[in-house]
Amino acid sequence: MSAHGITSRAHPLWLAYILHRLSGLALALFLPLHFLLLGQALRGEAALDQSLAFSDMFLVKIAEFGLVFLLAVHMFGGLRLMAMEFLPWSPSQKTLAAGATATSFLIAVLFFMKAI
Amino acid sequence: MTSETLNVTIDRGAAGLQDYAVPAYDNQTVLDVVSWVQQNADPTLSYRFACRVGMCGSCAMMVNGVPRWTCRTHISKVLDGNAVTIGPLRNLPVIKDLAVDMDPFFDKWVAAEGVHHGAMTRDDPIASLGDDHPEQSGADFGRECINCSICYAACDTVAGNPNYLGPAALQRAWNLLNDAKDEGRMAILEAVSGTGGCHNCHSMGSCTTYCPNELDPMSAIAGLKRETAKSFFKRGR
Ligand code: FES
Repeated sequence: MSAHGITSRAHPLWLAYILHRLSGLALALFLPLHFLLLGQALRGEAALDQSLAFSDMFLVKIAEFGLVFLLAVHMFGGLRLMAMEFLPWSPSQKTLAAGATATSFLIAVLFFMKAI
Repeated sequence: MTSETLNVTIDRGAAGLQDYAVPAYDNQTVLDVVSWVQQNADPTLSYRFACRVGMCGSCAMMVNGVPRWTCRTHISKVLDGNAVTIGPLRNLPVIKDLAVDMDPFFDKWVAAEGVHHGAMTRDDPIASLGDDHPEQSGADFGRECINCSICYAACDTVAGNPNYLGPAALQRAWNLLNDAKDEGRMAILEAVSGTGGCHNCHSMGSCTTYCPNELDPMSAIAGLKRETAKSFFKRGR
C-alpha cells in the first residue's frame, strides 16, 4: 500500500457513485447487442424469431435479471443524484427514498417480466 | 494498545517507506508519533504543524490511507494491530517527507472568488443584519472550515482533474453567495461555473465523510449547482 494514496473509499455515497458509473457502462455495452437483435426484424419474421429463441435459454434469463438490476440501479441512481443536488432534503432521507424506490422498481419489473 | 512499541511506517518520498519503532503512550496522537520520530530517531524528518488543537489546519496527513488532522487523531483510533502508515497529504505536490505544498489549494480559493466582495468603505456605518436574514444561515454553512485540505485530499475528482477547484474553495464560494454582506454574486457564479467549477463534482461525498469539523462541502457544492443552473435558465449564463 502506498502511504500516499487513499484506500478508504467504502462509504455509502462513494459506493453509490461507483455503482452508477459501472451500471451505466454495462448498459452502454449492452445497447449494441440490443439493437442487433431488434435489427433482425428487418430480415423478416423467421430471422427475428430465431434470434429471440436465444432469449429462452436459461443463462440468458439470468442475464436478463442482471439487466433489470442494472436498469433499476442506474435509473434510480440518477434520480437520487438529481434529488440530492436539486431538493433540499437531508442526505439520509434521500438515500432511503432512493433505495426504497429502486427495490420496488426491481420487484415490479420482475413480476412484469414473469407476466409477459 | 496491543504492544509497548508501535511499528510506524513513514513515506519519505524518494527515500521510500521507512520504518520506525516508537514507544506507545496512553495519550498519544498521530502528530505525537511523528514528532517522536523527528525528535528521537531522525531529525531530518520534515512535517508541518502549529496549533496542536485542531484550529490551524496545518497538520493533515494520510494515515493508513485516510486523510486526517493528525493533532486531533488519537493513535489508538487508527492503529492496525500496532502498525500505522503515515504519508503526505494526497493531491498536493510534496515538498519533503510529510510537508506538502498547499499553494494550489489556496490559489483555488481565490480562483473560486472565495474573497470578500464588499460594497462599503470604512467610513460607512456597520450594517446590522439582525435576526431577519434567514439566508444568513447559509453563510454560516462552512464557517468552521480550518483550510486543512483534507477534503481536497479525499476527493477523487480533484485527483482526476487538476483544474477542479475542489470542495473547500467551492464551499467558501457558497458561504459568500449566501452572505448578505457580500456583493460578489455574479463574480462568484461566473467563477464556480467554469471548466474547473462545481459541475465537475460527482457527489461522491468523500469530502463530507472525512471533514474533521463535520462540515458538508458536498451539499454546498450541490447548492452552487442549483444556483448556477437557476442563473443559467434566467439569464442564459
Ligand atoms: S496542528 Fe493545527 S490543526 Fe493540527
